[in-house]
Amino acid sequence: MTKSRRLTKTTRSSIFTYGLVITAYVILQIMILTGALSSSMQGLLVPICAYVVMAISLNLTVGILGELSLGHAGFMSVGAFSGVVAAVGLANAVPGAGLRLALAMLIGALCAAVMGFLIGIPVLRLKGDYLAIVTLAFGEIIKSILNNLYVGIDGSGLHFGMLLTGADQLGLQNGGKVVIGGAMGISNIPQLSSFTAGFLLILVTLFIVLNLIHSRSGRAIMAQRDNRIAAESVGINVTKYKMMAFVVSAALAGAAGTLFAMNFSTIVANKFDFNTSILILVFVVLGGLGNMWGSILSAAALTILPELLRKFSNYRMLVYAIVLILVMLATNSPSVRLFFMRLRGRKKAEEGAKNE
Amino acid sequence: MSNMIPVKSDAIIPERDADKTPILECIGLGIDFGGLTAVDNFNLTIGRTEIAGLIGPNGAGKTTVFNLLTKVYQPTRGTILLNGIDTHGMSTVKVNQAGIARTFQNIRLFSTLSVEDNVKIGLHNQMPYSMWSGIFRLPKYWKTEKMAHEKALELLSIFDMQDLAGHQAGSLPYGAQRRLEIVRALATNPGILLLDEPAAGMNPSETAELMDNIRKIRDMFHIAVMLIEHDMNLVMGICEGICVLNYGRIIAKGTPEEIQTNPAVIEAYLGKKKEA
Repeated sequence: MTKSRRLTKTTRSSIFTYGLVITAYVILQIMILTGALSSSMQGLLVPICAYVVMAISLNLTVGILGELSLGHAGFMSVGAFSGVVAAVGLANAVPGAGLRLALAMLIGALCAAVMGFLIGIPVLRLKGDYLAIVTLAFGEIIKSILNNLYVGIDGSGLHFGMLLTGADQLGLQNGGKVVIGGAMGISNIPQLSSFTAGFLLILVTLFIVLNLIHSRSGRAIMAQRDNRIAAESVGINVTKYKMMAFVVSAALAGAAGTLFAMNFSTIVANKFDFNTSILILVFVVLGGLGNMWGSILSAAALTILPELLRKFSNYRMLVYAIVLILVMLATNSPSVRLFFMRLRGRKKAEEGAKNE
Repeated sequence: MSNMIPVKSDAIIPERDADKTPILECIGLGIDFGGLTAVDNFNLTIGRTEIAGLIGPNGAGKTTVFNLLTKVYQPTRGTILLNGIDTHGMSTVKVNQAGIARTFQNIRLFSTLSVEDNVKIGLHNQMPYSMWSGIFRLPKYWKTEKMAHEKALELLSIFDMQDLAGHQAGSLPYGAQRRLEIVRALATNPGILLLDEPAAGMNPSETAELMDNIRKIRDMFHIAVMLIEHDMNLVMGICEGICVLNYGRIIAKGTPEEIQTNPAVIEAYLGKKKEA
């Protein structure tokens, strides 16, 4: 009895995580249909989905790979910008909105993965604080590049330009349109994202991350996190598996970026700055390192919270910060932990009594 | 135990291994840290199924020798032949794949993972499925994972640890953690197993059990074992060839009987003559 329960511990945790997401989706859909959800809340659904995916993907880097990344929003922006360009470019070729969004996400993920690989080469040679600072720098570099990038599309295809004085320098033919306008970002984005698309992306993300963790590759990633020297001594190519985790994490952040961008009519690179990276890191730390359902809950809760605090008007962010501090203190307080442990201990004892 | 026979001017291996290439041969191995010579002119030959001991006072350079063999440090000079193949320029990872597995003096387990996962990480290179097979749970994943699960339990059963498979490695008692490290090293399918103070922190009955288990491992897997140990009962009880190190240099080599009566060893290591 106890043996089989132990063997399925990870499986039970995975089932709980999927169940949590599916249940939340069903409840929210019912609330939308019955009109129980205010329109401002409905507007938050897609950003919540995007942030949940971001939190899961950053948890792969911070919790599973064990390296602190402060530039995760950079990958999100790469995904956002490349995804929107792809969606605009495919407008005629792929008329179906759902398929076009899926392809855009895929291209966004691929571009972010390539960026993750390129950044990973220098970054993953470093450790700890140094790695964190360098990822922060790369996040800023990506932001600067996107702020100066011009992309236009016309009959002859895509046109790229950097450091132009204006989009007219792209030399587009008649009828061509500017997709990315430097610091002006992207406007007139086709709003392809929907709550259902976000929900599906969360499921895909969970599928990829949980299956990766519970495979040979995932064990190798966690092995180097726990003890790098021991991992090498049993023949694990540490660099390869660090890169694998980092690239998968970047790709998922890219897909989340596409989802996020295609929910708004305009988006600028400054949206994905250091603050966004830190916000996502807060989700991960609050939810617990390596704990995927914790990341999901904290990302959703902390995205809704500012909305719920609207009645505090000007003091909104102050209250938000205080709530954050209190939650952090509570979840890390030994006495609170002891309380929960006792609660769990009693539950186990009761179960044991029942089994006898 | 078979007799020890000479194979070179100063090397001996068990007679039963004489017709096979020695698993390990060190020729003039040495390393300098800055101006300090930590190990110098280290020559050693270990037979295919030999249990060899490496002893010496604290700071003699025993663990440094292990770190040289496993390429945690690249040697400054000298050659290491593993199964007749020069390991020059190989990394720790490559040298493990070529057949050296080790344990550590200060235990290095994957302490947040389960006991079974620790062993499965040892089996990593014998589970050839790709990241995609893992993510999409292709048939190869299930087949290989099932094989690995069975193999892990089989290896754990050597030390009667199969019931601990689901426990977190870091929560095991000290002795069990040491045994798990040995199982994890064995899982990499080595030709030679390096044990760095396997009996440290064990009581006499646990040590006696460990001695039986080391012999059992050697006989089951037909591999060589080289161990660093301070417990003389263990060293003299199971080692066929012993090498004594002091200040980074070999001061004596031979069978347990020869080492016990060697005046240089007695002076450097065992202390006063009346104790020997």
